[in-house]
Amino acid sequence: MLPSCVRAVSKKSIFPKKSLGSIFAKNNFATEATFETKPYRLHKLEESPSTTVTLNKEDALKYYIQMHTIRRLETSAGNLYKEKIIRGFCHLYSGQEAVAVGITAALRPHDGVITAYRAHGWTYLMGVPPIGVLAELCGRKEGCAKGKGGSMHMYTKNFYGGNGIVGAQIPLGVGIALAAQYKGTDGVCIALYGDGAANQGQVFEVYNMAKLWNIPCIFVCENNGYGMGTSAERAAASTSYYSRGDYVPGIWVDGMDILAVRECFKYAVNYAASGKGPLVIEAATYRYSGHSMSDPGTSYRTRDEIQEVRQTRDPITSFKEKIIQSNLVTPEEIKKIDGEIRTEIDEATKQAKADKEIGLDELSADIYSLNLEPKIRNVDPFSELVHKRLGPAVNA
Amino acid sequence: MASIKSLNLLGNLNKVITRRNFTTSNIAAAKQMTVRDALNSALDEEMEKDDRVFILGEEVAQYDGAYKVTRGLWKKYGDKRVIDTPITEMGFAGIATGAAMAGLRPICEFMTFNFAMQAIDQIINSAAKTFYMSAGRVNVPIVFRGPNGAASGVAAQHSQCFGAWYAHCPGLKVISPYNSEDCKGLLKAAIRDPDPVVFLENELLYGVQYTMSDEALSKDFVLPIGKAKIEKPGKHITLVAHSKAVELCLIAAKELSGKGIEAEVINLRSLRPLDIDTIAKSVSKTNHLISVEQGWPSCGIGAEVLARIMESETFFHLDQPAIRITGADVPMPYAKSLEMAALPVPKDIVDATKKLLKVK
Repeated sequence: MLPSCVRAVSKKSIFPKKSLGSIFAKNNFATEATFETKPYRLHKLEESPSTTVTLNKEDALKYYIQMHTIRRLETSAGNLYKEKIIRGFCHLYSGQEAVAVGITAALRPHDGVITAYRAHGWTYLMGVPPIGVLAELCGRKEGCAKGKGGSMHMYTKNFYGGNGIVGAQIPLGVGIALAAQYKGTDGVCIALYGDGAANQGQVFEVYNMAKLWNIPCIFVCENNGYGMGTSAERAAASTSYYSRGDYVPGIWVDGMDILAVRECFKYAVNYAASGKGPLVIEAATYRYSGHSMSDPGTSYRTRDEIQEVRQTRDPITSFKEKIIQSNLVTPEEIKKIDGEIRTEIDEATKQAKADKEIGLDELSADIYSLNLEPKIRNVDPFSELVHKRLGPAVNA
Repeated sequence: MASIKSLNLLGNLNKVITRRNFTTSNIAAAKQMTVRDALNSALDEEMEKDDRVFILGEEVAQYDGAYKVTRGLWKKYGDKRVIDTPITEMGFAGIATGAAMAGLRPICEFMTFNFAMQAIDQIINSAAKTFYMSAGRVNVPIVFRGPNGAASGVAAQHSQCFGAWYAHCPGLKVISPYNSEDCKGLLKAAIRDPDPVVFLENELLYGVQYTMSDEALSKDFVLPIGKAKIEKPGKHITLVAHSKAVELCLIAAKELSGKGIEAEVINLRSLRPLDIDTIAKSVSKTNHLISVEQGWPSCGIGAEVLARIMESETFFHLDQPAIRITGADVPMPYAKSLEMAALPVPKDIVDATKKLLKVK
């Protein structure tokens, strides 16, 4: 989804289009390269997405910037949490970046996305600049939900959250896809969940209805190996999540390879948009941090395991090596980008920390899009609150 | 489940027949309509008006509705807009909520609200809270509707009022209509409303006929959500009720009237917003208050009404403690005599009124 990337990138000018252009001019010794992905595993599908993928320089830079921005964003979020500025929950996406960036690369402007509580990276990819994410995490007014939603509740155009109830977003995603089908667009909805949520009963309820009604919903199980501290093997009788839709066809993809993910979702979007119904895609990935910030993430797995993934399968390092080795980009370009992203996120972090919370008058704002309560009850009956309408209420 | 439903339907039909005998020549000119038909016409008119409106739920299409509320709609609007779902409440309530988030106007029918417990997470966490969590971005225009409250001879799992459960939650609007006019005017308002509305119908009233004014027969007839209706004016005591309990109050009021006691009967219509102003005004006049409902007493609608009066200036207008008449604090028994004992009857209201007014 190029527009959101350009939006996200150009808004804070970490990498304005102008400087992209100058890089092309300077180091234009390879404009396109071809790579082989790991084979996909198929469930009830005849045809596989292509294992040969091509990448041009512009996209290489774009994906690198997006993945690296998410990594820096999450590092900053982790620090803000340790500083006790971010409160409550904070689930980091570090390690899983290739999944979101790869899917986004295959989306069209009218496709929808809904995910679970690990939503920071997705919010940024769907068009909210880093300050909008970081300020939301800090509960400040520049946050994309003005600090009223926090870590798990961020929204923007075509992005329906952010949901804190494990598995609840999956029926919602089918509903969003049903709306596209009803309106007669060829839009699809990506409904993401983890290997933990994959065992929720409501998932199977909506696999059934999505298939029955041919709804263009792409179910995506981001299998990061653990539902909180319970490994996939200890929670699921079958860990082949791509086949757990039974009658819903599925694909397993290497979620640490952004190019494989992109190729897989080009195929999937085309499949669902052409009226063939839903798909279940399992993206095999890994989370470096604990489940949330309160979990050191080391009691149920070893530090060696985490280190090994970082060293051998890291989605950003491996992609960087690929694009440098294929002469799509130079180490100098990467170094420059890294510096710019660091500066941008540091700036956004500073800005978020300095930002104010919204006024107390907004405590009773936007409970209803058409409020009918004469007064909103306060903590006591002597000082009633007044309802205010402020947000855009996109479905009013 | 299904066999229980058809039994009830028969029960309701009997009721219709007995009711008809009460129709007097005085109102013979006015149009009579069952609650079921009033709901059906509201659905039909709003579907005709707005093609974003669609219905989904168990048996709503080809079966014509488990309680026949959606009768004829599938034939008229087809598969796209009247969708039979499998028996998966949580799944289809979530799908409906997602469709609302993406701009449609779903009406999600629960065969009864007892089964909506399987889906209550989607109603509370997804539908009610999203507008606030998104700082006023994503409003959720959806109606969750179906029969609610004490039914007849179906035991504890199928006989319960959920009014208080939903009215507890900010972000929802909750309607509990009484008669045919209420049902038509308020269901149309609910469908047009841009926020999530829980619409609690009464299983035992579906087949009952009530008078419809000419105004109520019009396609433009809409009642305001959040406004109570004074069903019968009076000056000695205020009886506040919702749904079928309004009928109990009206019967009791009639009996009291014969003893010179004029009760003012307030039909709440909406449980959230709760029209406390209308109640307060009435109590200021009558100086006595009884709330009547079929649901459980603890943390119920009556408890909320009384608490709000207690907290307000109106408290000083009370000559006696305000009291609640509710369903007994027990799960609903199956045995007929026990079931009857578990629910309030007009006599309970009459006796309580006499007690408060110190009348023999």
